Amino acid sequence: MAAAVDETPGVRSLVLDCPGWPGHLPGQHVDVRLTAEDGYQAQRSYSIATPADGTRLTLTIERIADGEVSPYLADELRPGDGLELRGPIGGWFVWEPALGGPLQLVGGGSGVVPLMAMLRARAAAGADIPARLLLSARSWDEVIYRDELERLGAGGGLEVRFALTRAQPPGWTGYARRIDHDMLGEVAWSPEEMPRSFVCGPTGLVEAATRALVELGHDPATVKAERFGPTGGPG
Amino acid sequence: MSDDAHVDGNAVGGMMIEAFGAEMTAARSCCAECGTVAALGALLAYTRAPGDVLRCTGCGVVMLVAVARPEGVRLSLGAVRWIEPPAGPPAPAAP
Repeated sequence: MAAAVDETPGVRSLVLDCPGWPGHLPGQHVDVRLTAEDGYQAQRSYSIATPADGTRLTLTIERIADGEVSPYLADELRPGDGLELRGPIGGWFVWEPALGGPLQLVGGGSGVVPLMAMLRARAAAGADIPARLLLSARSWDEVIYRDELERLGAGGGLEVRFALTRAQPPGWTGYARRIDHDMLGEVAWSPEEMPRSFVCGPTGLVEAATRALVELGHDPATVKAERFGPTGGPG
Repeated sequence: MSDDAHVDGNAVGGMMIEAFGAEMTAARSCCAECGTVAALGALLAYTRAPGDVLRCTGCGVVMLVAVARPEGVRLSLGAVRWIEPPAGPPAPAAP
């Protein structure tokens, strides 16, 4: 690990240098394996948050309180420490600027991570591909990459909308409920614009959002999903 | 068929690389039970059982089970009629 960045109170990004890394596509993930002194192994999948950049990649880790892997990655790992990775993995939930758009991204919590890799790739390519992100979080302080998203959203071509489900700051004008059919009807591209849709988050959110997109007329084959599991994964 | 206990076939991508020697989540598969065609990365994945179970998105039948053993991954075939690799150049995959 080369460096660590605190994103929110419960989320930390790890900047890794991986000699021999073959490159990756936005949306891909890695398996991280930890081995205890007694040989016990635990493995979890984490999305890559950055587009390909030589041997460097960033993982963003949400700390799951009773998890076996994430507390170590989020709290204990220090610059210079090593980590066992397998990857990149995934050829399904991927997007790169050459695939075009419009891009329809829907995320919940740390489900923004692979979507961020796509948006960063879009920005790095200087691509003017129209893109929309609808991101759900419990509160404003728990929005991962908040400042960067606001900056990217101000740059044109990308519209970012937030849904804060538990607490909203004073004067909040965004959504204040979970992502639902009506919300997607308001913010999503219409099916006629043939967007490429990527939905990532806890299973409940992904089920609701993908069902709503299909009800709104989107071809299920254009709606790709990545579920974290019922509570954000086993951690 | 859907419930809260599953994730996506994507999550089993690492095991499939070990079993097939190639990135397989974009490969298409056909259910031998109901004929549904879907990417392996889009199948319903149950990863909390011993072994990772991939079920059909159409009828829920078990299509593949991947079990990590000390000597390597064993992939058991269930109701899978065929699997074909994705069109176009493969995505970067683990060496």
